[in-house]
Amino acid sequence: MTDVRNEQVHTLFDRVDTEGPIDLDGLRVTADGDGAYTLETPDATHEGVSESKLREVVRSDHVAPYVTNWYFWAEAIGSRSRHRRAFLRHAEAAADHIVPERYDALRAGLETEWGEVLVTVTLGEDGQRRYEIRHADDASADPGDLDAYHDPLDARELSTYDEDGRYRPLRTAPSLASGWIFPDLDGRDAVEALDTIYPASIANWNLEREGDLDVTHWRETAERQTGIYGVVEELPSEAVDWVAETCCVDSQCLKRREWEYDADHELEADGGAGAFPCREPCSLVVAAARRWTKLEEEETHTYEFELTPSEKEQIEEIIDTVAEDRTDEVREADVYEGANRYRTRFLRAKRFDDEGNLSGVPTDPHEDEHHDHEAHGDSHDDHNHDDHNHDDHNHDDHNHDDHNHDDHNHDDHNHDDHNHDDH
Amino acid sequence: MQALVIVAHGSHLNPDSSTPTHRHADTIRATGAFDEVKTGFWKEEPSLREVLRTVESEEVYVVPMFISEGYFTEQVIPRELRLSKWDVSEWESDGLSADTATLTAEDTGQTVHYCGPVGTHRAMTDVLVRRAETVVDDPDVGEGFGFAVVGHGTERNENSAKAIEYHAGRVREMGRFDEVQALYMDEEPEVDDVTDYFESEDVVVVPLFIADGFHTQEDIPEDMGLTDDYRTGYDIPATVDDHRIWYAGAVGTEGLMADVVLERASEAGADIDAAIATVREETRETTATGD
Repeated sequence: MTDVRNEQVHTLFDRVDTEGPIDLDGLRVTADGDGAYTLETPDATHEGVSESKLREVVRSDHVAPYVTNWYFWAEAIGSRSRHRRAFLRHAEAAADHIVPERYDALRAGLETEWGEVLVTVTLGEDGQRRYEIRHADDASADPGDLDAYHDPLDARELSTYDEDGRYRPLRTAPSLASGWIFPDLDGRDAVEALDTIYPASIANWNLEREGDLDVTHWRETAERQTGIYGVVEELPSEAVDWVAETCCVDSQCLKRREWEYDADHELEADGGAGAFPCREPCSLVVAAARRWTKLEEEETHTYEFELTPSEKEQIEEIIDTVAEDRTDEVREADVYEGANRYRTRFLRAKRFDDEGNLSGVPTDPHEDEHHDHEAHGDSHDDHNHDDHNHDDHNHDDHNHDDHNHDDHNHDDHNHDDHNHDDH
Repeated sequence: MQALVIVAHGSHLNPDSSTPTHRHADTIRATGAFDEVKTGFWKEEPSLREVLRTVESEEVYVVPMFISEGYFTEQVIPRELRLSKWDVSEWESDGLSADTATLTAEDTGQTVHYCGPVGTHRAMTDVLVRRAETVVDDPDVGEGFGFAVVGHGTERNENSAKAIEYHAGRVREMGRFDEVQALYMDEEPEVDDVTDYFESEDVVVVPLFIADGFHTQEDIPEDMGLTDDYRTGYDIPATVDDHRIWYAGAVGTEGLMADVVLERASEAGADIDAAIATVREETRETTATGD
């Protein structure tokens, strides 16, 4: 049963007396004047009762849940943050269930999936709610086996690196590490933790729910760019579709893409089925699109390569495996997989010349001289560039890392020769 | 309800880029001076486009974690925050004096007090000195020491050098260090020749950068000859040409940076005097004299 604290009763009287009728989730309380009150729930009406009688009524078994529920939403959560309130009400399906049903469900725990995160809300004392947050992959884990956190800002560190310790530049990539739990957060901290893991997801979800999401389509975002990103508006429209297919499908990002090429031209790529929307091409998409804009300026050439049918298929398999991020799944000795390391090294040993050119064909068909494919064009011009330079914008050709890159590649070639004997 | 939003560049590649910004936000959050403290980034999330909607307050102080006035503070940030009718003339700045402009965010309707960058604030000079105290581990460091402020240079932004000269001048006026010199990565006087510019045996070198990264962790240590290869690390102090170089790394990582953020917000009208006093004391890493 639900207990009602004196403070909750006191607050209820205070609000009815000073701010007017209460009306929330089926509970309606009005001051009728002359010290009389009327209280209604979906099940019963207590009309014109005295203050002392009302004090009894609000503690009765069938009314108490309505009162503690009112107190939680009106006082503990409040309405200052409409996005937070909307999310927390969504988490217990408040719009769909009357309070007694909801309390029964809350005692068992109500779950909401938010990206890769599972939020479970349960009923605490006096109608308080407790929010537990963990990785959805840990849904059935014993909480004792998970690392417990209590400060929502700890979610920042937890979501900065993936399971392998690699930096996650895209917070909504489906690569959130598991093994942690926030066992007992209040509503404010729960939303803070979720908004740290998936920044702005709750605000955008609620704006969409309210029919007020401001979607900015590709065209507008591209035209707004300046500095080194000014070029992205030149990216051909069919390439924008490839960008969306590359970056924005559910296997790469959990946001549901709502932006299109422009308001009149939808993209063919799948926008995904995520809980929260993506309202605009993100900075990763814009930065990658800049690279593709430059690459797409190149003309095609006809190259002639000698490959066996299996080698052609192997190249396709390698591309597929890298694109699907499955290289880790290819077993070391599984030489039936085209993307197996030994298979790939064999292909390289057989088909690359000393300069790293496939079948000895130079990248630039007009160059008879040997030319390392790395030296072609500006292949590495600025991949780390705008990232490092805070106050600069026109600054595409600061090629610091190029040299290192080339050196590393040469090292790899040398390694080859030595390693063949090792196994 | 007043909120603070610290905006910074961030990085797709280097997680350390945003670390100082988060840390200073945490410091300020702990003072309770603002109802909300949030961070927004050009390259990370929440993005500059969406950070304001994560803030409940109607009154928002936005402080850019940038070293100088220029492309980002004048164009990118106001555009991405959708600050209605922004024009750089609102700041009436000579390149160093941007303080605040009050505007409305088009999408959220919030009142935004858009402040000048931290790097040009006079309190930044104190952070440079505090950084020296921290790296030498002496709250009174100065006598017998030279002090170098290192900047990028003017290649891409003339205001960048203005900020370096400004703070070098202010440190010099303090009379605390025997010698003070501004040095640059891509112009004369170059940081490569740091020992040519000092008579003092001990020299503290503080780069005026927001975060540690490629320039402060790789370029500058190698350019000064602290190490042949940044990956092998270097000593603090490291001996170069009979000088002891105390290399401090990016000034932006110093805890007192939180004070500069607060100063900016305070001058823009935020009511936070108590928090400023707290932050000045609590971010000190060296033990005060006499303790």
